[in-house]
Amino acid sequence: MDDPRRLTLWLCLLTAPALGCGKGSHTAYAADSKNPLKGTSTLLVAVEEGPNSLDIQGVGTNRPSYGASWNVYDRLITFGKKTRPDGQVMYDYEKPEPELAERWEIDPGKSITFFLRKDATFHDGTPVTAQDVKWSFDRAVTIGGFPTFQMKAGSLEKPAQFEVVDDHTFRVKLVRNDKFTLPDLGVPVPAIYNSKLAKSHATPTDPWAQTWLKNNAAASGGYKVDKFEPGVQLQLRRFENWKSGPVPQLERVILRVVPSAATRRAMLERGDVDVLFDLPPRDVSELAAKGTFKVQGVPVENFMWFIDMNVKKPPFDKLEVRQAIAAAIPYDQIYGSACYGRGVPLYGGPSKTATTAEWPQPYPYKTDLAKAKQLLAAAGLSKGFSTTLYYNLGLSTWSEPIALMLQQNLRKLNIDVTLEKIPAANWRGEMGKKSMPFLINDMGGWLNYPDYFFFWNYHSQNAVFNTMSYQNPDMDKAIDAARFAESPELYASAVKTFITKAFDDTPRIPLFQSNVDVAMKPNIHGYQYWFHRQVDFRQLYKTVSAP
Amino acid sequence: MTMQLLSKRLVPALISLIGVLIVSFVLTRALPGDPAAYLAGPAATADAVAEVRKSLGLDRNVFEQFVVYVKQITRGELGDSWATGQPVLSELVNRLPASIELTALGLILALIVALPLGIIAALRPNSPIDHTARVVSTLGVSLPTFFTGLLLVYIFYYQLDWLPAPMGRLAPFTDAPEKITGFYTVDSLLTGDFYLFLEALRFLILPAFTLGMFALAPIARMTRASMLGVLSSDYVRTARANRLPAWKVLIVYALRNALLPIVTMLGMVFSFLLGANVLVEKVFSWPGVGSFALEALMISDYAAVQGFVLSMGLIYVLLNLSIDIAYGYIDPRVQVES
Repeated sequence: MDDPRRLTLWLCLLTAPALGCGKGSHTAYAADSKNPLKGTSTLLVAVEEGPNSLDIQGVGTNRPSYGASWNVYDRLITFGKKTRPDGQVMYDYEKPEPELAERWEIDPGKSITFFLRKDATFHDGTPVTAQDVKWSFDRAVTIGGFPTFQMKAGSLEKPAQFEVVDDHTFRVKLVRNDKFTLPDLGVPVPAIYNSKLAKSHATPTDPWAQTWLKNNAAASGGYKVDKFEPGVQLQLRRFENWKSGPVPQLERVILRVVPSAATRRAMLERGDVDVLFDLPPRDVSELAAKGTFKVQGVPVENFMWFIDMNVKKPPFDKLEVRQAIAAAIPYDQIYGSACYGRGVPLYGGPSKTATTAEWPQPYPYKTDLAKAKQLLAAAGLSKGFSTTLYYNLGLSTWSEPIALMLQQNLRKLNIDVTLEKIPAANWRGEMGKKSMPFLINDMGGWLNYPDYFFFWNYHSQNAVFNTMSYQNPDMDKAIDAARFAESPELYASAVKTFITKAFDDTPRIPLFQSNVDVAMKPNIHGYQYWFHRQVDFRQLYKTVSAP
Repeated sequence: MTMQLLSKRLVPALISLIGVLIVSFVLTRALPGDPAAYLAGPAATADAVAEVRKSLGLDRNVFEQFVVYVKQITRGELGDSWATGQPVLSELVNRLPASIELTALGLILALIVALPLGIIAALRPNSPIDHTARVVSTLGVSLPTFFTGLLLVYIFYYQLDWLPAPMGRLAPFTDAPEKITGFYTVDSLLTGDFYLFLEALRFLILPAFTLGMFALAPIARMTRASMLGVLSSDYVRTARANRLPAWKVLIVYALRNALLPIVTMLGMVFSFLLGANVLVEKVFSWPGVGSFALEALMISDYAAVQGFVLSMGLIYVLLNLSIDIAYGYIDPRVQVES
C-alpha cells in the first residue's frame, strides 16, 4: 500500500509546474524599452470592428472602411472646421475647402469646373489628372448599390455629366440646381482613384477592378497602406509627398481590432493604446469621470434615438393613445441609464410649437403618469392593452435598457409590453414591412438638413424609415416647401411648420441625440468630429507625454 | 492494415462531407434575414437593395445558386465573404492555424492537469483529493469562459502586468514570422527567431489557459471514470497480487487500457473547442475561426457560414480518422477486429 501514495506525490509534483507555467516566462522577453508608442510618431488605435475593404465604392463596405478610405484617398474637396459652443472642434458643412482641387468655379444651374493641383501625385508617383477624376466618378455612378445612391443624392447621376477639359481641369455638368451637389463631392464616396493602376488590375468580368481594390489602394491621400489584414489590423504610413494638405504629423498609424469593450478599456487604462473609438456610453462616462484621459464627444448631427408607434395599427391609430405613451416614458431615467448623459435630451421642450428651425430640437413631451392615465381613459383604454415592442439586436447596448425601462413604466398604466428582438440582418426587412406596431430605433442623415430628415421619415412617400406609417398632406406640403424654399426666411418658417406638425401628431417620440465619443491619452491632440463618424488621422498629433 | 482501415473509413467520410455540404447550404438559406438589405446599408432604396442582390447572385433561385456553389467548390473556391470582403478560403487558411494553435495548447495544458488529477481521483475515490478534483473540474466548466478570460486578463495583465495586452497573436509592432505552418510558435522556431517564439507564447498563455480550464472537466472526469473501471478489473488485481511495481500496474496495465475512451473524448473536445471558443476569441482579440463564423451568422453571410461548416466537417472527419488509427496503436485488439 506504500507505493500508490508515493505515486500520488510524484504526480502532484508533476502537476505543479504546469499550473505555474504562466508566471515564469514573462521575464524572458521585455520589448518595452523599444516601445514605439512612447514616441510621438506612432499612434495605436483599438477598434471594435475594423475595415473590411479599402474600396469605399465596393459592395458591402462597412462603416470603419469609410475611415480607411478617408485617410488613404483624396476627394476633390473637403470641409473646413468650426468650434462648437462647448469648445470642441468639428467640421463645417458650410465651408467647402480645396483638397485635390485647388479651386473651382460654379456656373449656377449649369456646371462646376474644378482646377486640380498640378503637383499632386498618387502613392506610386503617377500625377493625378482629370482623367483619373472622371474614371473615379464614372465608377461611382455606374457601380451600383450604396455609392451610386449616394452620388444621386447630389444629382450626380450619369458618366455624361463628367467632362475632362484638360489634364488638370475637370467639369461636372449639372442636371438640376441642387444645393447638395457640391457638398456631396466632399463625402467619402467620390474618392479619386489612380485609374491607370486600377485599370491594369481590371478583368473583363470585373471592369472596375473591384476585387483588387478591396485589398489594395490606388490612392493619393495622406496615408499609404502598409499592411491590411481584415478583421485583425490596418497599418498606415504617412505619404511624404502629399500635396492636398499639410503633411500629417503622425508617421505610422496602427488600427487593431479588439472586439471586447472591456479589453479595449483595460488597454487604454494601462497605456497600451492611444485612442479608443466607438465606446459604449457607460465606459465613456466612467473614463470621463476619472479625468486621466481626454474624452471628447459631439452629438451626432441630424440623428436621434426614438420610439415609433405605427399609426395604422390599433390602438396607436388613436392620437390620445400616442400622447398617453409620450407622457408615460421615463425620459430622464432612459437618458441617464441608456445614454449615460452622453448626448442631448430631445424631450421636455419649452413650447408646443417649434420656435426655432434648429434640428434636432427637444419635443414638448415629458413624463406625467397622471396625464397619461387621463388620456388613456379618454381613448377608452383605462384598463390598458397589450402590445409588442420591437428593437434591433445589433444595437442592443442602447435599445435593450430603453426597452426594459419602457416596459416597466408602461406596466403602471396596465399596458402589457412583450419585447421582440430582431437580429441585425433582419431589421431593415422588418422596417420595410411596416408591420411593427411599436419599436425603438435610431436614424441619422448624412446631409445635415431637417428637410432631408423629414423627407425620409415623415413624408407620405412612405420611405422605409417611416416606420410609423405616417401620412399627412399638410406635413408633405411643408417638407416640400422647405426643400425648394427660395429664401432663408421661407425655409425657416416651413421647417418650423413641419416640426410643429410632428409635435402635434405624435407618431414618433424622440428620446435623445447620442454622442460619437472618443477617449484618448492626454498627449494626443487635433481630434475633430466628422459627419462620417471616423477619425481623421491626418489631423492628429502627439506630444511627449509627461513622465 | 492501416491502409485497409483508411479506405474503409474514407468512403463514409466522403459521404458525410457531401451531406455537410448540402445541409450547410440549405441551412444558410433558411436563416432569416436579407443579406442584400443588410449590405446595401440602412439608407438604401429598394432599387439599391435589388442591385446588391443581383451583384451577389441572390436574385437567382436556390437551385441555381446551389449549382453555382458546387461548381465553385469543384474549382477549389469557397466564394467571398461579404462581411470581410475577402475570399472565404483565404480567411479560413489565415484563421484556422490561429484557432488550432490556441486549441491545441489549451488542450495540452488541460491534459497536463486533468490526466494526473483523474488518475489520483481514481486511486483514492472519495478522498479529499478526489473532492478537490471534482471541485476544480466543476469550476472549470461552470465558470463562463469570458468570465475566466476577463478575470485572468484583469489579474495577469491589468494588475500585475506580467503578460501582454489581450490584443491578438502578436504585439502591434511585431511582424508575423514567415508563413510555413501558420502556427506562430512553430514558424518562429523554424525560422530560428527565439524572441518571436517567446512573444507568440506569451500572447498564447492566457487564452490557452482559459480554454484549458474549460476542457479540464470532461477529461478529468473521463479519466477518473475510465480508470476506476480498469483498476477494479481482474488483470489489475492479478498484477498487484503478483507484486508488480505500482507504476507498472498503473501505467502499463491500467492507464493504457483506460486510454481509449479518453482519446475519443479528446478528439471530440478538440473539434468542439476549435469552433466554439468564440468568447475566448472575443476577449483576447484572437483572429480565429469561431468569431469569424459568428459574425458571418449574424449577417447571414452565406459563403462564410458554408465554408466554416464545411471546413469544420472536414477537420472532424480527419480527426476521427486519425483517432481510429491511433486506437490501433493504443489497443492492438481494435486493429485485429477491424
